[in-house]
Amino acid sequence: MTTASGSAHAQTTQPPPAKGAPLSLRRVLLWVAVGAIAVFSLAPILWQVLTSFKLNEDIASIPTIYFPSRFTLNHYLELFSRRPFLLYIANSTFVSLTSTVVCLAIGTPAAYALARLRPLGGNLIQLGILLITLFPGILLLQGLLEIVQFFRLGNNYLALIIPYTALNLPLTILVMRSFFAQLPKDLEDAAKVDGYNTWQMLVQILTPLTLPALVTTGILTFIAAWNEFIFALTFITEETMKTIPVAAAQIGGTSVFEIPYGPIAAATVIGTIPLIILVLFFQRQIVQGLTAGAVKG
Amino acid sequence: MTKATTARSRERRTGLYLLLPAVAVLLLVFAYPIARSFWLGLFAQNLGTELKPVFIGLSNYVRILGDGHFWQVFWITTRFTVISVAIELVLGIGIALVLNQSFPGRNAVRTITILPWALPTALIALGWAWIFNDQYGIANDILMRLGLIQAGINWLGAPLPATTALIAADVWKTTPFISILLLAGLQSIPSDLYEAYALEGGTPWQSFTRITLPLLLPQIIIAVLFRFAQTFGIFDLIQVMTGGGPGGSTEVVALYVYANAMRYLDFGYASALIVVTFLLLVLAIALASLIISRSRSTAGTSD
Repeated sequence: MTTASGSAHAQTTQPPPAKGAPLSLRRVLLWVAVGAIAVFSLAPILWQVLTSFKLNEDIASIPTIYFPSRFTLNHYLELFSRRPFLLYIANSTFVSLTSTVVCLAIGTPAAYALARLRPLGGNLIQLGILLITLFPGILLLQGLLEIVQFFRLGNNYLALIIPYTALNLPLTILVMRSFFAQLPKDLEDAAKVDGYNTWQMLVQILTPLTLPALVTTGILTFIAAWNEFIFALTFITEETMKTIPVAAAQIGGTSVFEIPYGPIAAATVIGTIPLIILVLFFQRQIVQGLTAGAVKG
Repeated sequence: MTKATTARSRERRTGLYLLLPAVAVLLLVFAYPIARSFWLGLFAQNLGTELKPVFIGLSNYVRILGDGHFWQVFWITTRFTVISVAIELVLGIGIALVLNQSFPGRNAVRTITILPWALPTALIALGWAWIFNDQYGIANDILMRLGLIQAGINWLGAPLPATTALIAADVWKTTPFISILLLAGLQSIPSDLYEAYALEGGTPWQSFTRITLPLLLPQIIIAVLFRFAQTFGIFDLIQVMTGGGPGGSTEVVALYVYANAMRYLDFGYASALIVVTFLLLVLAIALASLIISRSRSTAGTSD
């Protein structure tokens, strides 16, 4: 709870609330609703955090112990000593970062072309981009599996990086396109007069200006890549190459009666911490990216 | 050819070059697999044919028509999708309305609300499976303390409770997406509309149904469309929480396609299933776009 309210300093100056008595009931209801929303959003996460620090006896106690009197780091230690969890984190980070960079690198020029250069078939491409954002990954899995097998990309991160790039290109292109469309055109005209060609202008002049939009779409791409499950499950079977979601989902006990709840909870916490940090720092950008992506569609 | 048109065509060519890498990746990852499924759906390619494609025309589609398992899976998916999205919409509107008020700490609460959406579904599924654990789960403990149930429910071990648990997890995970979109919509409604309405003696409920809902309709339809498509193809959450069980009672289309392709190696049939799902989604999207354009033209508002 403390970590979450710690970001309250981001609070902007709001007009002072509620003047006069008739509004006070409304204020109370509002605060009840706010409290309910906070509990609804946070409680399942906090329960997982709490579980990850509990002793096994406390985890498996009836009735449930809500606030244990003793804590342990053993579940975390087990993840790092008996399983290569540091490696999983590194794997996820590498795949997500690479996908994000590639996605921005090829999505940004495409967005610029759609916004300014009116290429042949541009409208068709844009319509196609809108449509494919709606198709779930399962529809692509079998075809991609054939490609992966044909190029022998099984247990090669390209089998993840290319699909992750593609899955996030639509949003990247839509958000960046609307950003380019808002930039004043005389900037580009001036650059042309100064002898820049389109590519130089894009890289040297426009990209620095689009940094906020790049951050927005980059974060959304990173989150999506970090979270992806079905391709990672299918294309990467080598134990040491797995990403966090798959590795965590496959933690099992020696029998069904011996499910290691503690380590599972710890794995969940470790896998979510990077994203929680991202959300805390980039809340505004995430909201912007999501709404822009959907409203343009 | 005048100077302007050569510059224009040069610009178009540059545009094409800039688009090329992105289009190539999109074609490879989206267009090829879908087109391939259309093609392979006309073949039998399974263990019976020693994994060699044998042309069988539309037999796979005839098989789908008579495949009771598929229709059961289709019904389970539709029911799950409709119930989840409906609950998410109601909750999402509620949360968006609250977050649209001004109160100290609003940014912090907004940040908290986004969290479930940003976290990995597979990990969240593990968390919810633990919450709904039949022996030590907190869900049973809370319900028993409240006196709502006498004995613990075997949540993930019986069809109806398992469906309920999955819906709860999905609602928790994806309601933020809807509330974020609707909050943006709410913020674009000019406040003087409400003030004018209040001056004329409208109650808050009336102003909600007569101003908020109609003006929010385009965003609501877009949010529902996105969520509908995503939920219809849901895989991670169900794969991790129940694996489609117990007894196939939570098996959705994505799990069925996955099993046909990856477990039974029935690639031809899986392709036909993919084509059918694809076409159903396209149909739903076409219908929704029709409704959106209608609602936009009748409401007379810009986006």
